[in-house]
Amino acid sequence: MTPTLTDVRREFPILGRTVRNGKPLTYLDSGATSQRPQRVLDAMAEFERAHNGAVARGAHLLAEEATEAFEGARASVARLVGAREDREIVWTENATAAINLVANGIGNASAGIGGAASARYRIGPGDSIVVTQTEHHANLVPWQQLAARTGAELRWIEVDELGRMRLEQLETKVDSSTKVLAFTHASNVTGIITDVAPLVKRAQQVGAFTVLDACQSVPHIPVDLGALGVDFAAFSSHKMLGPTGIGALWGRAELLDALPPSVFGGGAVMTVALEETTWHQAPTRFEAGSQPVVQAVGMGAAAEYLMEIGMANVAAHERRLAQILREGAAALPGVRLLGPVGEPTLNDVLGLAAVVVDGVHAHDVGQVLDDHGVAVRVGHHCNQPLHRHFGVPSSTRASAHIYTTEDEAALFVEVLGTVRKFFGVSS
Amino acid sequence: MSDLEQMYQQVILDHAKQRHGHGLAVLDGPAVGESHQINTTCGDEITLRVGLDGDTLASVTWEGQGCSISQASASVLAELLDGASLRTADETMEAFKALMHNRGVPLDDEREDLLDDATAFVGVGKYPARIKCALLGWVALRDAIARATVGTEGSDHE
Repeated sequence: MTPTLTDVRREFPILGRTVRNGKPLTYLDSGATSQRPQRVLDAMAEFERAHNGAVARGAHLLAEEATEAFEGARASVARLVGAREDREIVWTENATAAINLVANGIGNASAGIGGAASARYRIGPGDSIVVTQTEHHANLVPWQQLAARTGAELRWIEVDELGRMRLEQLETKVDSSTKVLAFTHASNVTGIITDVAPLVKRAQQVGAFTVLDACQSVPHIPVDLGALGVDFAAFSSHKMLGPTGIGALWGRAELLDALPPSVFGGGAVMTVALEETTWHQAPTRFEAGSQPVVQAVGMGAAAEYLMEIGMANVAAHERRLAQILREGAAALPGVRLLGPVGEPTLNDVLGLAAVVVDGVHAHDVGQVLDDHGVAVRVGHHCNQPLHRHFGVPSSTRASAHIYTTEDEAALFVEVLGTVRKFFGVSS
Repeated sequence: MSDLEQMYQQVILDHAKQRHGHGLAVLDGPAVGESHQINTTCGDEITLRVGLDGDTLASVTWEGQGCSISQASASVLAELLDGASLRTADETMEAFKALMHNRGVPLDDEREDLLDDATAFVGVGKYPARIKCALLGWVALRDAIARATVGTEGSDHE
C-alpha cells in the first residue's frame, strides 16, 4: 500500500522543527538538497555502531559485513536506476565528480593512457563535444575544460524562449566529428524533462558517447538508464533523500571497463610493477583509496525507500505540486515563471518553479519567504548560461519532494504575492 | 519591528531605488582605481571607481546590479565617502565591517556617527548569508583605493 503523505512526513524528523520567528519549516529547496528520512539516518548509525570494518580488505567478520553492506547499497542503487549489472554503478564523491570521472577518463585516453582498449575514447583537434544551453555548470565546465585540453571543439544545442532544447539543431550540431553528447535529463531551472530518445538516436548515428546528467531526474521520476540508451549517467545521493558526500556514475559495463581511471592509487589496481600498472574492471578501477562506506549505506537505504514508495507515485505527487507552484506563480502580477506552464506541459515538468519578480532581486524575494519559514533557493542555481538566455541574472526557485504538501506549495505562491508590495514596487 | 523590517529599513529601500554615485564617472590620471567584484553565490556584481586628490577621495562612483542590500550599501557608501579623506574612508570601512559582524547589535556612538546612514544596515548582521551582499561595494572600494594608490606611487618613479 502506498504510504500517505502524513506517513511520509513522519519519516523526516527535520520537518518537525521551527525556523525563523518560530514558524514551522516549509522546505521548498529539495532541488538543492533533499532532507533525509529517519531510516537513512538509522542505517548509517547502525553501520557505524555494529558493522564497521575495512571494505574488501580484511579477513574477519566485520570486514565481511562491511563489504556486504557496501556492495548491498550498490545493488540497491543499481536497481533504482535500472542498471543491468551492479558493477555498472561506480561510487563517486558526488555527481560533479562522476561527470569529471568520464571527462578526465576521456582526457587520459586521449593522452594515450589505457592503451588500445581506451583508443575508442581518444579525441583531439577536429573532433567535437556537444552540450546544451540548459546545462548545470557541472555538465558544462568539465566538457569545456576537456575541449581546451584536447583541442576538440565545444558546441551547444540552444534552447527556445521557454528553455526547451531545440532538437532540430541535433542534425547540424551533432555530426561525424562529435565524440561526446552531454545533456541533462531534467533542468534544475525550468523543470523540463528531456525527451532523451532523439538525442540518443542522433548520437548513435554518428558514433558519439552520451553522458546524461540525471541529478534532477533520479530523485523525482522513474528512470531506467539501461532502457534510455545513454552510455553514462551521473546522479547524487543528497538530492534523493540520501546523505551528502557520495554520488554515483552509471555506465555500460563494457564502456566502463575501457575507460581509463583518473584517480590513481590502491584498491583500483590489478598488478603494479614499478614501470606499469594494470587496472581492475569497473567499478573497482575507479574506486581508488578508502571509500565513503557509511554514505554508500545511506544512499542505498534512500534508494530502497524510494523504491518502496514507488517512483511512479513520487512523480505523480510532484506533478500535482508542479501545477500549484507553476500555475500559481505564473498568475501573479509582476511575476515571471522561467519555463513552461499549463496543461500540455505538465507531464514533462518536475515539481519546481523558478520565478523572477519584477523589480525585486531574487535574494530579497528569498528573504521575505524565509521570514515566513519558506526555504527556497535564490541565485543562478549553478546555471548562468540559461539565466543569461532568459535575460536575468538570477531567480527564486521553489522545489518539492515526496514530503512536500499542497498547502506548502500554496504558501509559497501566497507569500510570493506579497513581495512586490513589501519592496514598494506595486501599490 | 520584525527582523525582516529591521534589515530592510526604509533608508535601505530608498537607497536601493535612488542610487547615489551610480554611473561611472570618466576619470583620467594615475590616481584612479577601479575594482570589479562578483558575489559568486548569486552573480551580483559591482564595478566601483575612485579618483584620488592627494589624500582625499575626490570621486566615488559605481555601477552594478544586485539585490537591494548590495545596491543600497554601495549607494550609502558613495554618498558617505565622496570627498572624504582616505583616513576617514579607512575608519568607515572598518566600522562597517564591524557592524556586519555584530549580529544585529548597534556599535558604539563614535562609530555610529562615522557610519551615519550606513547604521541602517545593522539588521543585516542577523542574516549571515546577506553580509556578503552588504560588503560587496565596500570590498570594491578597498580594492579600488589600493589600485589608485599604486597608480600614484607608480607615477613617482617615472
